[in-house]
Amino acid sequence: MKVTVLIRPKQGILDPQGEAVEGSLRKLGFDVHGVRVGRVVDFELADDTDARARVERMCAELLANPLIESFEIELHDA
Amino acid sequence: MTGRPRVAIVVFPGSNDDRDAAWALGALGADVDLVWHAEYELPEGVGAVVLPGGFSYGDYLRVGALASLAPIMGAVRRFADAGGPVLGICNGFQILCEARLLPGVLRPNRQLEFVCRDVVVRVETAQTLFTRRCVEGQELVLPVKHGDGAWYADEGTLMQLAARGQIVFRYTEDVNGSLGNVAGVTNEAGNVMGLMPHPEHAVDPLLGSADGGLILAALVDAAAAHALATA
Repeated sequence: MKVTVLIRPKQGILDPQGEAVEGSLRKLGFDVHGVRVGRVVDFELADDTDARARVERMCAELLANPLIESFEIELHDA
Repeated sequence: MTGRPRVAIVVFPGSNDDRDAAWALGALGADVDLVWHAEYELPEGVGAVVLPGGFSYGDYLRVGALASLAPIMGAVRRFADAGGPVLGICNGFQILCEARLLPGVLRPNRQLEFVCRDVVVRVETAQTLFTRRCVEGQELVLPVKHGDGAWYADEGTLMQLAARGQIVFRYTEDVNGSLGNVAGVTNEAGNVMGLMPHPEHAVDPLLGSADGGLILAALVDAAAAHALATA
């Protein structure tokens, strides 16, 4: 099974990187606001059993810091 | 046994202040063991542990996140749980937060710039193992050099920590966007502390300040006391 984890700065958490990217996009003439920069982690799971629960544990134990980040899990049948 | 307190300094791939910390602690009367991150045990007789500054594991994923899972961290956790004094400096502070041995997390500096200069921190409490040689309200000059130094916790946590005396140092100005200008915190038991400024770079007037010696000398005192108590 292929897995994609999307990790984002939590709502309400200041994202200086997003602000800097937003400023640069505006300089290029794009009228954007609310830019947030996160992270994507892709991997394959050898065994599909309890896939979602196991990926949630990976997020809790390493991939995301719950104080500042939220995550979203996408599971794709290979 | 030489009679000098023994302090272990953990060396991660990417640590770069381990030797400065070793030199400073040696000058302050400790015998220092540099311990590689891949070890599973701390040397016998160690009375305190330091996690030094640097860029462990290249700061991949989040600062301190990968190092918090290094083999040696199990032993550091057991040592801390048994009341052993543990000091995290800069990257070491980031690692202790990611290991959840300390509250909060360190985020990229608000200004997105690496900050490298002397700052002034105020001692918020002298009632910790690490600030016993200071007085409350004392201002220390210490260097900072970090890109991810903005400490963050939710407002409720910050108030709770302040009420319990776990906020040990605050910057006297906004250095990096740190919540409440927090520069250093302890765990609830008070035996684990992390701070972003570098006491090990401020142990001689020739270096611009000797104020860091107050913190490190207190750590050496605590190492001696812990070794005695557990001998």
